[in-house]
Amino acid sequence: MPTVSMTVNGRSAAGEVEGRTLLVEFLREHLRLTGTHVGCDTSQCGACVVHVNGKSVKSCTLLAVQAEGAEVTTIEGLAQNGELHPMQAAFKEHHGLQCGFCTPGMVMSAVDLLNTNAHPSETEIRDWLEGNICRCTGYHNIVKAIQAVAQGQGG
Amino acid sequence: MNDMRYEAPDTIDGAVALLAGGRGEVRALAGGTDLLVQLRAEMIAPELVVDLKRIPELRSIAAEDGGFRVGAAVSGAELGEHPGVKALWPGVVEAVELIGSTQIQGRASLGGNLCNASPAADSVPAMIAARAVARVAGPAGTREVPVEEIAIGPGKTSLAKGEIVVSVLLPARPARSGDAYLRFIPRTEMDIAVVGAGVSLTLDESGVCSAARVALGAVAALAMLVPEAAAALVGTTLDEAALERLAAAASGACRPIDDKRGTKEYRIKVAGVLARRAALIAAERAGRS
Ligand SMILES: Cc1cc2nc3c(=O)[nH]c(=O)nc-3n(C[C@H](O)[C@H](O)[C@H](O)COP(=O)(O)OP(=O)(O)OC[C@H]3O[C@@H](n4cnc5c(N)ncnc54)[C@H](O)[C@@H]3O)c2cc1C
Ligand code: FES
Ligand code: FES
Repeated sequence: MPTVSMTVNGRSAAGEVEGRTLLVEFLREHLRLTGTHVGCDTSQCGACVVHVNGKSVKSCTLLAVQAEGAEVTTIEGLAQNGELHPMQAAFKEHHGLQCGFCTPGMVMSAVDLLNTNAHPSETEIRDWLEGNICRCTGYHNIVKAIQAVAQGQGG
Repeated sequence: MNDMRYEAPDTIDGAVALLAGGRGEVRALAGGTDLLVQLRAEMIAPELVVDLKRIPELRSIAAEDGGFRVGAAVSGAELGEHPGVKALWPGVVEAVELIGSTQIQGRASLGGNLCNASPAADSVPAMIAARAVARVAGPAGTREVPVEEIAIGPGKTSLAKGEIVVSVLLPARPARSGDAYLRFIPRTEMDIAVVGAGVSLTLDESGVCSAARVALGAVAALAMLVPEAAAALVGTTLDEAALERLAAAASGACRPIDDKRGTKEYRIKVAGVLARRAALIAAERAGRS
């Protein structure tokens, strides 16, 4: 079986995987980082979004072996020293979640959005989240949370 | 289930040798946005997957003879950020940018869209209208293939074992030319085209259309060029009568299926409407006043 090594949330992680193992499976099943969710099997829902070398990707559209040597950040890697990341705090503050299933992917997408475009319009936020599906919130409070962080008034 | 071997060569020759030498089912991998979904659904069970993303020729965009050579594994996001390609072939770029959402855009490639051979692939009608030519490398050498000859049926291509698409040439175009791609989907995002229409045209100094190409997607087993639709435009100023003839020719060429996204009659009607709208956008981009 191939071996793979990468940096996940600042720590090195390695393991033996099957060739067909998806990055999301490696994160959840090998590293037990179960904050990254799987909501579909067609790469549509966005629950599995993580950052690979600083860019948001659906971790179900990447084989684990393709992330060899990469820097991966998952939802578990956002909080620093027990303090929620401003985006996490804003989702909490603005009720940007209900059941929470989509939330890890939403938050990781939203963080990448603000890294790419610090002051997005509401339309740009909604466009960016095209690939993140939420069954609960109706998106309204998710957009509000992201706007709050963009305006520097997160949580 | 046998395990799948993964290789990531950094040369074209290396990729061709691996794919040609594989014993069972072999697959090239670009962005994986089709392939990994098919793998999870067990629609395919390759023995070997060859990642093309480490091959420089497949990852670059270069000016060539007044046009652009786009590497087959360049992502939609990378293509969209290239000002030169967007200025020359805005219709092709807008078609590629329709593929999926932010994260899919970051991975999905032109070559993958072409080689997945879906009749509804968004970039394909736009590339056909643009007269794009694919460069194919294989064990027997390199050949240049018009993009409309890559797919030969849903999910099937004319590529032989060991062959890969290296790049696609979007050619130079005369002054006063423009192109456009429109699709219709039941939802506003993240769905598969019910109809896609690509139009590329050139106007003369007096605003008369001197050349045109019209291609349709999702209305037959293959994306197709519709010469009768293009002929309806040539020699006209895209007046109402010409646009009517264009729409009728586009509708007349459709051989669609019925499915949950739209009935045959609906697709036939929409094909005409989209071809007409795409022609007007292309003409505007060509400088029509
Ligand atoms: C959520 C979602 C939304 C989508 N939306 C759209 C959409 O709106 N419109 C649309 O058209 N498509 C859509 N798709 C489908 C897919 O994203 C596109 O077809 C994409 O362009 C495929 O490119 P890829 O690089 O990911 O291909 P891959 O998945 O890597 O490959 C696809 C196929 O082509 C072969 N292949 C890839 N590159 C080459 C090459 N250079 N030479 C030879 N063979 C090759 C592979 O072996 C495989 O069979 C969507 C997919 C998802 C998951
Ligand atoms: S699990 Fe649904 S997009 Fe990855
Ligand atoms: S909060 Fe339940 S799916 Fe989004």
